[in-house]
Amino acid sequence: MTPLLPKRMIEVEIDGTPVRVFEGQTLLDACRKVGVDTPTLCYGDTLEPKNACRVCVVEVEGARVLAPSCSRKAEAGMKVRTDSDRVRHSRRMVMELLTSSVDLSTTPDAAGYAERYDARPDRYGPAAAPNPDRDRLRAGHHVEPDGDTAATVASALKDDNELYVRDYGKCILCYKCVDACGSQHQNTFAISIAGRGFDARISTEHAIELPESACVYCGNCIQVCPTGALMFRSEHEHRAAGTWDEAAQTVTKTICPYCGVGCNVELHVQHNEIVKVTSPADHDVTRGNLCIKGRFGFQHVQRR
Amino acid sequence: MFGAGGGTSSYEEIEHTDVVLLWGSNARNAHPIFFHHLLKGVHNGARLYVVDPRRTESAAWADGWLGLDVGSDVALSHTMAREIIAAGLHNETFVRRATSGFDEYRAHVEPFTLEEGERITGVPAAMIREAAHAFAKADRAMICWTLGITEHHNGVDNVLSLINLGLLCGHVGRYGSGLNPLRGQNNVQGGGDMGAIPNKLSGFQDIESDHEARGRFEAAWDTTIRPTHGWHLTQMFHAMETGELRTLYVIGENPAQSEADINRTRRLLADLDFMVVQDLFLTRTAELADVVLPGSASWCETEGTVTNSERRVQRVRKALDPPGDARDDMWILAEIARRLGHDWGHPTSEQVWDELRSLSPMHAGMRYDRLEALGGIQWPCPDEHHPGSPILHERLWLDPVEGMLAPFSPTVDQRPFEALDDTYPIRLTTGRRLESYNTGAQTGRYSSPLHRGESLDLSPEDATSLGVVDGEVVRVSSRRGAVEAPVRVDEALRAGLAFMTFHFPDEVDVNQLTIDATDPRSGTAEFKACAIRVDRINVLAATGD
Amino acid sequence: MDLTLTDAPPSEAERDAVDRVLGPPASGWDGGARDSTVDSRIAHGGHHARGRRHELLPALWAVQERAGFISPGALGYICRRLTVPPAEAYGVATFYALLSCEPRPPRVVHVCEDLACRCAGSQDLIAQLEEQVGPEGTLTADGAATWFRSPCLGQCDRAPAAMLTVAGDPATEDVLAPTSAGAVLAVLRGGRAPAPPGVAIPQQGDPSLRLLRRVGIVDPASLDDYRAAGGYQALRNAVSLGPEGVVREVKDARLMGRGGAAFPTGVKWEAVARQSARPHYLICNADESEPGTFKDRAIIEGDPYALVEAMTIAGYATGSEHGFIYLRGEYPAAHHALHHAIAEARSRGLLGADVMGEGFAFDLEIRKGAGAYICGEETAIFNSIEGLRGEPRNKPPFPVTHGVFAKPTAINNVETLVNVLEILSRGGPGYAETGTEASTGTKLFCLSGHVERPGTYEVPFGATLRDLLDLAGGVAGGRPLQTILLGGAAGGFVRPDELDLPLTMEGARAANATLGSGVIMAFDDTVDLPRLLMRIAAFFRSESCGQCVPCRVGTVRQQEAVARLLSGRTRGGVDGELALIAELGQVMRDASICGLGQTASSAIESAITRLGVFSGGAR
Repeated sequence: MTPLLPKRMIEVEIDGTPVRVFEGQTLLDACRKVGVDTPTLCYGDTLEPKNACRVCVVEVEGARVLAPSCSRKAEAGMKVRTDSDRVRHSRRMVMELLTSSVDLSTTPDAAGYAERYDARPDRYGPAAAPNPDRDRLRAGHHVEPDGDTAATVASALKDDNELYVRDYGKCILCYKCVDACGSQHQNTFAISIAGRGFDARISTEHAIELPESACVYCGNCIQVCPTGALMFRSEHEHRAAGTWDEAAQTVTKTICPYCGVGCNVELHVQHNEIVKVTSPADHDVTRGNLCIKGRFGFQHVQRR
Repeated sequence: MFGAGGGTSSYEEIEHTDVVLLWGSNARNAHPIFFHHLLKGVHNGARLYVVDPRRTESAAWADGWLGLDVGSDVALSHTMAREIIAAGLHNETFVRRATSGFDEYRAHVEPFTLEEGERITGVPAAMIREAAHAFAKADRAMICWTLGITEHHNGVDNVLSLINLGLLCGHVGRYGSGLNPLRGQNNVQGGGDMGAIPNKLSGFQDIESDHEARGRFEAAWDTTIRPTHGWHLTQMFHAMETGELRTLYVIGENPAQSEADINRTRRLLADLDFMVVQDLFLTRTAELADVVLPGSASWCETEGTVTNSERRVQRVRKALDPPGDARDDMWILAEIARRLGHDWGHPTSEQVWDELRSLSPMHAGMRYDRLEALGGIQWPCPDEHHPGSPILHERLWLDPVEGMLAPFSPTVDQRPFEALDDTYPIRLTTGRRLESYNTGAQTGRYSSPLHRGESLDLSPEDATSLGVVDGEVVRVSSRRGAVEAPVRVDEALRAGLAFMTFHFPDEVDVNQLTIDATDPRSGTAEFKACAIRVDRINVLAATGD
Repeated sequence: MDLTLTDAPPSEAERDAVDRVLGPPASGWDGGARDSTVDSRIAHGGHHARGRRHELLPALWAVQERAGFISPGALGYICRRLTVPPAEAYGVATFYALLSCEPRPPRVVHVCEDLACRCAGSQDLIAQLEEQVGPEGTLTADGAATWFRSPCLGQCDRAPAAMLTVAGDPATEDVLAPTSAGAVLAVLRGGRAPAPPGVAIPQQGDPSLRLLRRVGIVDPASLDDYRAAGGYQALRNAVSLGPEGVVREVKDARLMGRGGAAFPTGVKWEAVARQSARPHYLICNADESEPGTFKDRAIIEGDPYALVEAMTIAGYATGSEHGFIYLRGEYPAAHHALHHAIAEARSRGLLGADVMGEGFAFDLEIRKGAGAYICGEETAIFNSIEGLRGEPRNKPPFPVTHGVFAKPTAINNVETLVNVLEILSRGGPGYAETGTEASTGTKLFCLSGHVERPGTYEVPFGATLRDLLDLAGGVAGGRPLQTILLGGAAGGFVRPDELDLPLTMEGARAANATLGSGVIMAFDDTVDLPRLLMRIAAFFRSESCGQCVPCRVGTVRQQEAVARLLSGRTRGGVDGELALIAELGQVMRDASICGLGQTASSAIESAITRLGVFSGGAR
């Protein structure tokens, strides 16, 4: 290993419980160390914390505003509250704001968080009709609402290639796919955030379809997507047909059959059919990543 | 390298190195996840130099791209070495303490001035100088290569010339400094580890000279092992030609489409007395076989291990039942043994592995449960408490050096076997694309927007001078055969250089063109260089040719 | 970088526009003609090529100004020139309101629909445009022009305002203020913009002025006049004090930042100066976009050399050799004045490798914003300068250690910087004699809305709201005052009975108000306050960058709630809506990443709690 200075331990207090963590670790690490279950949505362990969703906020004594626990580094002597009224309020509101504007039906944990914090997303009114021009909305301009309905990010399914589909009506804009496609993993930069504010969306340049774009179908965006907005075609079709059955699936870790890098793949198998391929986030070789062959090139064992 | 064949570094190290020399490798497409690690290094500030005749997707990331003539790698390496020595930038202490043969090496590279290097390789002298100085001055530097180095008739010399460069600057055997071949297939390293090469027993123990090791294998297997090197692939085909080899058992390989000069290969396979093919598919090779044994996919229908390019042995596991009458490969082998009169029973993969561990010291500590717990283990791992070896040859930095000194190897600058001439004026080089793999037996069975079939990639200059346009189907001929393929104009190529893959042999049989000029030591053919001509089809038709 | 670009080629004009700002391409690999001998052998696509990312916004601007919009071919060419992935460049271009990736005619009028202009009839103006041309974005009959609504253009002292942009070579940008429907229609039909209004401040010539003393008096284009009026004496004093001496004077002066956060400037400079990482950067935040704010424009247009000199001193003190002025895109006259001043100063050796022959280097570069309020947030400025989307960063780390290009950065507002000239003329302690103990020096205020003489005013800290209102001649037409918006859209409303509020940092804080950027916008009894709140809600909904959930969705839900209060179709009654607004306010305040979200509800909430709007308290 590269010679590193030994890390110092520092002590912080989580809800009155002292806990020692390494310098550089986050408040989320500290919370987890003392067993405080902290909700997260945009946090991904292979990516730099983006702290965009703000569902993980905690109250640091003496600070004017709440701190995102996923990214705030622990400092010696910090006193942290994870269940104060302010924290509960922010978590509830974040879940309300997301649930009322995004289809979270395939976001694991979302319903649980909403229930835990007593979110009442229906109080913002019925969902507004989808905006068909969402891909081209101009920054700084919007149609004035009448308040009778609640705006959402609903948009048409993007179904433009054989391998995966994109349903941005389910997107919480956590930036993880952009970071994974970009400088943190794949460095292909096929997608970015376009537009601004509530109209911000994940987009290729000029919203061109993926086959025209730089996309190399590594699927590393699917791997990090916390909402199911990005989905294997096989999973999408099984779900549409009502045959998606996670209880009947096995997940087997093995090695990709192609080049000599030795990428770890996890085969999700339902009734002897590979329905999805993931990669372990905690393995040094891949860190959750694969290329198109490892992610999608498994058909040869199914069609012979 | 210097004994056992494997890269000296771990992938993670390239994230913390200062200079990367990527030579004859389009890792961006051929080893995408390794390239992730490389780009982490680049984002951490490492400078990247890419040596490749084409400005590949990998080269596009480079601080410097050196677009050398195909097959001038040794000359380029010599020129860099000469410049490094002339500028006094080599690591004198390391060279003195850990290597042998430096004086001969220095004399050998002396004629390769920057000007001479530019003349031979085509790369401007200033660019060669920049790369040489960057590599030599770096605190940490790595050389990584792939088939662009090895698929030449002098591939071994190419490799040795890169090792020489590493030794010259002390860029081996330290964290962040190393010499790393990137393996082309998921278990090409493991095949070598296991002894599936003509001169070694498992664990790179020499079958001729390591009597002690051979004795252990003989005792364990209760048989005598002939202490002679076997044939490598090229020698096998030669033996078929001379009639010495009449029977062939092919497991999971498709030589009828993957070999250079494919017409000759097919003739030889067809002329065999008896051929068994064990494969997932009824490949072109299987079509020529007398017996076809439907095997299983080693990566998801059986249990076992593979070894990757950082020498990490990892477990493969069964996730699916093989279809129909397909059988586990090990079951097939054991059954054949039984029917030949040797009852091995039906051992589990772990039992086979444990036998291997008992015979191969470098694998001895790799229990299945440890492979599982540690996410794979890098050899050598001599005992069950050993964590594995992320870095090879750290011994070269001990004072005094432990074991033998690392030798500089004299290497010869040679041109590709087949020179260009007026009849065949274009250099064809071959390689891979991101979405496909080898002959497409596997990758031809999924589809994606990246699959666009075979093409003859030409420089804009050649397309203009030939009067062909993107998408136009042309006739591509070499002295050995001819194929038809659509043209794809690619700015990554220069005048006189063309590129094809062999991913779509059913549509375009590119290996009809390639030449089987092989390196006598490695047995690898010169897929990277043959001479072709390109003709417009409608013009041929018009002239009644 | 292995870019994948579409085949769309740039037009000759687009290529020319980009090359003029970036220089000619170095090789066939970055957009030049392919040289078959050199380009086929070598290429440099690494760190150096990717290091040009920060030129993205200037390149996008070049195309926008030449062609009126950024076509796929132009975007692709920029990406090739700068080694930027096209999806990212598109993400950046679509972040800014003044850039368009959709076809637009060359001639566009941006009509202010914000708070002060409403007091001056902008709603009628817009209604007439809608009637005669069509809704915003509609092409005129000849297809060559269109109009859009715009947030505050920073011309509140001469409302109503509009800005005409005409793409071409050269492109022109003109502010029309005050303007009228007729004038806007005339320029939409191709008419020339009227001559720009000159720089004028109501207190012009008042001997008590300090920061504004040269504005309107000294020719802003003439370096000699600036020098004759005392210019560059402060820099001489600074050099004789040395960098540490300058920092000491600024600390002794107890100068606090005028951008809204009121951070001690000397402390900031000292922290940057002490960083061992190099280089250091200095940034002037001139992205004056808070609705109702126009004071920095008065300085830049009226006394540009003052900013250049002050930044030179700041660069000297903080060890920065390179300074950026991030100027909002809607200030063409300020841009022109500053550009000229920088060029003059450079030609006289007052900027460059050896400033005044004193052996230190400093130079300045203007970066033009492109229509994004959020880019007034300091870390958003860093991202914008670096060629990224202007999204705020998380803090920590703070700018003094990790600012622009992740280097130590001092970032100060225009007004803060020009105060340094005063400090170096009077000495730190002498400067601190003006104002109050906690708020030293003078302060600029932007008076607009229903006041008799709108404009930029300078008073010593300690003056009351009433003093300022009196200076501006009181409520226009002598009508009754309904309320004052103090501090801008991110500030709050105060009642007519609170006019004795001392306008100091501590006085505002004690009154649970904020001076913000110095906005004092008065509204008489005719103003429809709920509609005004709707506009404020719309402003934040439009200007949220979209990064964090509380602000991205919270600003929308807040606007919807205000809309229901306006329509009367409330959910859970008025009290229910007010409670909802309070809850939204709290999550935005507590959990948003940056100050935009944290203050997006403050004006609306203050109107509810302080004025009792919607509960029968106001009107």
